[in-house]
Amino acid sequence: MTASVLILLIIGLSILAFLAGRFRAARAQKNGRLKALPKHYGYYTAIWSGLPALILLVAWSALKPVYIHEQIREVLPQSVLTQSNASVDLYMNDILLAIQNNDTRDDPVLIRAVDRYQQLQQESNWILTVLVVLLGLSGIVYAMTNSLLRTQARSHTETVIRVALFICSGVAIVTTIGIVLSVLFESLRFFQSVNFFDFVFGTKWSPQIAIRADQAGSSGAFGAVPLFFGTLLISAIALLIAVPVGLFSAIYLSEYASQRFRATAKPALEILAGIPTVVYGFFAALTVAPFIRDLGQSIGLDVSSESALAAGVVMGVMIIPFVSSLSDDVITAVPQAMRDGSLGLGATRSETIKQVIIPAALPGIVGGVLLAASRAIGETMIVVMAAGLSANLTANPLEAVTTVTVQIVTLLTGDQEFDSPKTLAAFALGLMLFVTTLVLNVFALHIVRKYREQYE
Amino acid sequence: MNNTEQVKLSLKKRYAREKRFQWYGKIAVWIGFVFLATLLLDITLKALPAFQKTEIQLQVPIDWETLGLQPDTRIDPESLRTVDFGGVLKKSLREVFPDVKKRKDKKLLYRLISSGAEYQLRDLILSEPELIQQGKISLWVTADDDVDTFYKLKKSTSRIKPKQAEMIQQLMDQGKIRTRFNDTFFQNSDSREPEQAGIRGALVGSFWTLLVTLVISLPIGIGAAVYLEEFAPKNKLTDIIEVNINNLAAVPSIVFGLLGLAVFINFFGMPRSAPLVGGIVLSLMTLPTIIISARAAIKSVPPSIKEAALGLGASHMQTVFHHVLPLAMPGILTGAIIGMAQALGETAPLLMIGMVAFIVDVPGGILDSATVLPVQIYLWADSPERAFTALTAAAILVLLAFLVTMNAIAIYLRKQFERRW
Amino acid sequence: MTTLHETAPVIDAHQDIQFDGTIGENLVENAKFSTRNVNVFYGEKQAIFDASLDIAENEVIALIGPSGCGKSTYLRSLNRMNDTIPICRVEGELKLDGENIYGKSMDPVLLRARVGMVFQKPNPFPKSIYDNVAYGPRIHGLARNSSELDEIVETSLQKAGLFKEVKDRLDAPGTGLSGGQQQRLCIARTIAVSPEVILMDEPASALDPIATATIEELIDELRENFTIAIVTHSMQQAARVSQRTAYFHLGRLIEVGQTNQIFTNPRHQLTENYITGKFG
Repeated sequence: MTASVLILLIIGLSILAFLAGRFRAARAQKNGRLKALPKHYGYYTAIWSGLPALILLVAWSALKPVYIHEQIREVLPQSVLTQSNASVDLYMNDILLAIQNNDTRDDPVLIRAVDRYQQLQQESNWILTVLVVLLGLSGIVYAMTNSLLRTQARSHTETVIRVALFICSGVAIVTTIGIVLSVLFESLRFFQSVNFFDFVFGTKWSPQIAIRADQAGSSGAFGAVPLFFGTLLISAIALLIAVPVGLFSAIYLSEYASQRFRATAKPALEILAGIPTVVYGFFAALTVAPFIRDLGQSIGLDVSSESALAAGVVMGVMIIPFVSSLSDDVITAVPQAMRDGSLGLGATRSETIKQVIIPAALPGIVGGVLLAASRAIGETMIVVMAAGLSANLTANPLEAVTTVTVQIVTLLTGDQEFDSPKTLAAFALGLMLFVTTLVLNVFALHIVRKYREQYE
Repeated sequence: MNNTEQVKLSLKKRYAREKRFQWYGKIAVWIGFVFLATLLLDITLKALPAFQKTEIQLQVPIDWETLGLQPDTRIDPESLRTVDFGGVLKKSLREVFPDVKKRKDKKLLYRLISSGAEYQLRDLILSEPELIQQGKISLWVTADDDVDTFYKLKKSTSRIKPKQAEMIQQLMDQGKIRTRFNDTFFQNSDSREPEQAGIRGALVGSFWTLLVTLVISLPIGIGAAVYLEEFAPKNKLTDIIEVNINNLAAVPSIVFGLLGLAVFINFFGMPRSAPLVGGIVLSLMTLPTIIISARAAIKSVPPSIKEAALGLGASHMQTVFHHVLPLAMPGILTGAIIGMAQALGETAPLLMIGMVAFIVDVPGGILDSATVLPVQIYLWADSPERAFTALTAAAILVLLAFLVTMNAIAIYLRKQFERRW
Repeated sequence: MTTLHETAPVIDAHQDIQFDGTIGENLVENAKFSTRNVNVFYGEKQAIFDASLDIAENEVIALIGPSGCGKSTYLRSLNRMNDTIPICRVEGELKLDGENIYGKSMDPVLLRARVGMVFQKPNPFPKSIYDNVAYGPRIHGLARNSSELDEIVETSLQKAGLFKEVKDRLDAPGTGLSGGQQQRLCIARTIAVSPEVILMDEPASALDPIATATIEELIDELRENFTIAIVTHSMQQAARVSQRTAYFHLGRLIEVGQTNQIFTNPRHQLTENYITGKFG
């Protein structure tokens, strides 16, 4: 909790700096004109005082665990170190637990580690506090010793704000890089133990077996084809529902429906998009799947209670609004002149829609469908709750299949060692998922943008 | 006229096609409606039982002797630690059914009431010690979830033994069993026993997580939107940022979970299951939504207002912060609320960072282990006990109520502050 | 519009000019279209007041007037294109060959096949040149086989004076043509259905002078086979292409007459003001 104390300290120093800077400028102003208002000198001093200290605090907090980790390693006995990286991580957890519960279990190694840990923590806190105060004060001194007349306080302040704004927008890039790096690194580690081609083209998926036999390098069990196929099967079912329903309702609402009906029906359909996916998962697992199973039984079909059909249908319902609102956008973007031209020739409305509007809107609609497809591929909760866990390579929608996202969740929830191929496999799957959806999205957004430009 | 005749000939067929086409559209819209209605109705019907809980009336002896305490002991948690409240309740159960003699039957009898009933009794005595003077009180204790299900459905389930069914029938005849509003559901946190499980812990967890999300994503989102709309030069970097934001909006949420696991938990060593990490992950996820809507809001402020301020000699920065942002605020907040609603319903990334743990305590801050409402729903939906189905559906209703409220506020804001320039 | 239903409303407050009903030859003998007491409303707002006008077979009639005078609205009510605007309401008696245009027995699809329309901005479909022209014959089933369709497309393009320019690239998209070519493509598209009447709504307003001249020549040639009503804001154009001219002002049909007479010797003060350029 020292971090919050330090943040308060920095804020306090900054306020002090603001007051001091403003006071000095206000006094100087009596003797002549300054280049900026006193309050701008206040901001200027506050920024010089607070910003460096804040940056130090953030960097320190980010790097501290890494450093302490290294230091703790040194006091740990060889027996722990010679095991894999993961066991050191686990040991760190033990240390934290021991501190939290105030119970060292009278284990001499643990006692020593805990002592060292607490000592390091204390040292770190002291050094950090001193540094923060020093930086804050020297910032004030630096800003105050600058000549008031030469300092463009306002434009300095504005530059700092501008840089801060830029950093804000850079967060998006940092996030993407973070995703790519984290997924990529763990995947590379995975591919050190499992051949890439065995992963991408293998048809047998059973990560549990490899764990049980303690054969980290075993590659036979990590064939992801059944997962890809299961994902595609469920997504295809979803699109089979969502595309016709979404497209036709978009056509009806934009071309036929009265203003009043459209004004109520459109938001009503969009409610479907606002319902959390876990709710759909519940609905799929407890209502739709049993319903489909019973229905199948009544006509003599053997339907799994975790059938791909159930998950696919519910997922289809979920993405109806994506297809319909994107299609609606592109259909209304088709200029009225097109409709007039066709109607003026004596075409009926449906002829106009089928032969002029849909062809004109086709690129946009395709883009929308691709976005919906990427949404279906990446959807997690519905399939986690309603699809199966066993990797069947089948095209029969009445059987249970598993998907990429289901396996990621299964591999990463519960007790985990971070270095086993089992957990790393989740990252490799994540990489596949990220790349696939990224390609789909970039392609779809490109098509949609091209389409918009056509009618601007 | 030849042409006209020809056109006339084709008309009937064409109008039939026209009508059919219109019907396809109507059917499509109604399919959407029917799905929505079925979903909501199904969940509401499933949830209804969870808002009622079944209670059994017992005459509980609570004199000093039964409690095993010296007369006039100070009543506090410490002194009550030794008291066998379970035994006291069992004794009062036996009094209701004096003819139950066999050991096996007694066991069934004891299973009629919730295992949490003893805490109910203890808490009562803790809050009103003077009750002990009465020697005996009449107390409605929570029934076991199987009894609850049996009593509400009024039909046998495999989990109720015939003997127990007889006992319940006897209680009904004596009017010693009733249902009332299930306050437990709102006051308790997660539990292995359905009749003791509630959503309080998950709600508080959701609150902390959303708080972190809001604190991080709102300033960063506004900052990014202001930069991109007002200050960004037209260059490659800006293009890359824009494409990036659009793509991030479509990255599957589970991938953000992987990011959180690899970066925040494994690299930076942040605590697992904590609202802090959950909030950070969710804010990265909602950031594109907030940025996109904030940009739209900023863009809709007419340039004439900006020009007026610039014309008076205000700097670009002053113009933005004094004039553009305040005018764009309702739009920005609308977007932020919608982003928060998204974050509130999100489940998958939180599974990755360990917010799926079974947590009984109400989290007291952003570093405590916590779960959130949607994850609680996921956990309950996975539980085999029948009574959890109702709880899950009820929790879903609560979640939907929050989402509806948030969206209603967003719509209200938009309506209220919508300006036609 | 405060003076809505008075018998002689003042319609130019600046000069106190009165309107006492349409002046001139608004009714003819061999009427293709005959319209009586037409009132058109957009919601609450009235756009046309009691207009009565006949359009003779095989004539070119020009509808002129300042913008917002209702000339386009009047034109669009002749083939029920106003139906596409939900708030628009047409009252009065409108007849094509004696048949009530807004009657129950009149089918809008059939009506529009008989009364074609060319719009202000060229609006070719995003299809090939061939498919643009073939669109009408295809939906109406006018060609029995593909060679017949080829023939219709070719003659229509020839009549529209476009065939020579595009005969080698009939598969190219129609949107790739120049503005003037696009407008002639739209005329060819209209002709392909063999309508009896062609309504033109400022067909040259989006075109450069050379393309405009080509369109005007084309209109002159088309007169032999079609009845044409053309809305234009250019008085020169009206003078060049039309035999009769009708002048609209603030939703009222002020004066109708031979084009020569309207431009040389207008009878109503408002017409004269417009012709002489006092407003426009």
